[in-house]
Amino acid sequence: MQSSFNTNRLIPYFFLAPALIILGVALLYPIGYMIYASFLDWNPSQRIGEADWVGLRNYTFLLHDASFRESFFVTLKFASIVVILEMIIGVGLALLLDRNIRGMSALRTIFILPMMIAPIVVGLMWRYMYHPTVGIFNRTLKDWGFEAIPWLSDSWWSLVSVIIADIWQWTPFIFILSLAALQSLPRSALEASRIDGATGWQQIFYIKLPLMMPVLIVTALLRLIDAFKVLEVILVLTNGGPGLSTEILSLRISRTASEFRELGVAAAMSNYLLILLFVLTVAMFLYNKVVEKHAIKQQAKTEEA
Amino acid sequence: MGFFSQKPAHNNQTEKQNPAFYALVFVLIIMALGPIVLMLSTSLRLNVDIMNDSASWLIMPTLRNYETVLCNALWYTPEHVDYCNPTFGRALGNSLIVSLISTIITLIVGCMAAYALVRFRFMGRGVVSMSTLMMRMVPPAVLLVPVFGIWTFQYGLDGSYSGIILVYVAMNLPFVIWILQSFIVQVPIQLEEAAKMDGANALQTFFLVVLPVIKPGLAAASIFTFRIAWNEFLLANALLDRNTRTVPVTIVNSITEHDIDWGVIMATGMLLAVPPIIFTFIASKQIITGMTAGAVKG
Repeated sequence: MQSSFNTNRLIPYFFLAPALIILGVALLYPIGYMIYASFLDWNPSQRIGEADWVGLRNYTFLLHDASFRESFFVTLKFASIVVILEMIIGVGLALLLDRNIRGMSALRTIFILPMMIAPIVVGLMWRYMYHPTVGIFNRTLKDWGFEAIPWLSDSWWSLVSVIIADIWQWTPFIFILSLAALQSLPRSALEASRIDGATGWQQIFYIKLPLMMPVLIVTALLRLIDAFKVLEVILVLTNGGPGLSTEILSLRISRTASEFRELGVAAAMSNYLLILLFVLTVAMFLYNKVVEKHAIKQQAKTEEA
Repeated sequence: MGFFSQKPAHNNQTEKQNPAFYALVFVLIIMALGPIVLMLSTSLRLNVDIMNDSASWLIMPTLRNYETVLCNALWYTPEHVDYCNPTFGRALGNSLIVSLISTIITLIVGCMAAYALVRFRFMGRGVVSMSTLMMRMVPPAVLLVPVFGIWTFQYGLDGSYSGIILVYVAMNLPFVIWILQSFIVQVPIQLEEAAKMDGANALQTFFLVVLPVIKPGLAAASIFTFRIAWNEFLLANALLDRNTRTVPVTIVNSITEHDIDWGVIMATGMLLAVPPIIFTFIASKQIITGMTAGAVKG
């Protein structure tokens, strides 16, 4: 009796152990290691024990490093532009296409494709399309008698090109999430407003959008987090260039580690990126809590009415 | 998972829409598929035709680029290949091994953990969804330095399959545990109690009763895991060596060369894109469930 009791108590641990071990060994430990490494002057040919402790030098160095600040700025610019445009287009399309049409599920399937394909391949496709001579954009422009556009070789255009590619790949994500949110709205509220004579626009602005808000905020947050992780598409398209015009932080981290061989600096940079993401996540999480409460009140009100 | 159920039954017939609406849908489909179709058509043409300015769409499609890419995996030797570069064929095999094994391990380990969390009430769902979000927050670039350092100097796993598989399993576990949890919660406890009455032990209950019921969740989880392992570049690039490289790494290596053979590179890209495309068509419903689960249902 006693022994079977003991094994029963151990079963949950037995089920959890592999996951905990893997997460500890391959996720938590590396992150802790990275924090430690950010205080070292360390290059890839050294073992970590041989690296010199330099305290906060890597962090202060980065604060004064013009190219780090440039790439920090580029990252913020890229992420905010991309999230804002994708939210507008994605939510707009969801509002437009939220109808009972045949083939909606086929449409959704087609829209997921860009997200499923490897970012490397997405970069490849767009690099081909942006090609100065054989690319479809410049060919079409030439056929119509316009000037060719230096898509990837001009610092302004290259950021635009990278943003366009990202919009192509990720707008469907927002579209699908907002469509799901729209279709789970309480029908009673919409029905009631229709009876009260609300126009389509009024419905959108006074009922649909406010009720969708909690989902939209989480969607924007997830997209924002992912926008900071974009690396492969930009690597293939421009490799950060020309100059530093598209060198986002992830790319700079990987170049600092592999080209400049400054692992300590790269780790410090990773920490800055993590802190930034953490602050953003917590801020949006708290904001979402506030809005959610508000939305529940709103919903109660519309249902009363 | 009722978010996609359409409006009530009385509204069953599709509404009549005006033509502008269908025009919009048509344009959207063209925009979504255009780049993919362009890649496919480029992969079916020779580089001479691609570079030729006057080239039209009427050129006979050819599979030569695919033969070049796969030359060492084919049972015959293509005539037009003078020198067979084994890199791509080998990378394709590596990619398959790495993604399949890491998907299987992630599923098994994730399933067990999710089951324990639900049935034995260890931690609330809040803890798991919080750590899933935290994990999602960590860009792979952040893992680059520590994973390189630890795998090379401490674990001695650089250049091996097991090293990269360990990384992918760890990266995907939080999400997989979290999504499976939401499926396991729905398995009625009576089902398991009945199995126990019939004398099944905990392991048998888990494998014979619980697993078959949560198949849709397993499908969603496996597609997401496979996709990440199959598509990942940065860590694979840092950890793997010449013989174990995966396809994304070889693609990036070959575009840094001065003149790109677009036909061949597009054929490689197409081969890399095909498995995810197939999954999308087979299991789009599960994919959408996985995607929306976090945001729509909290």
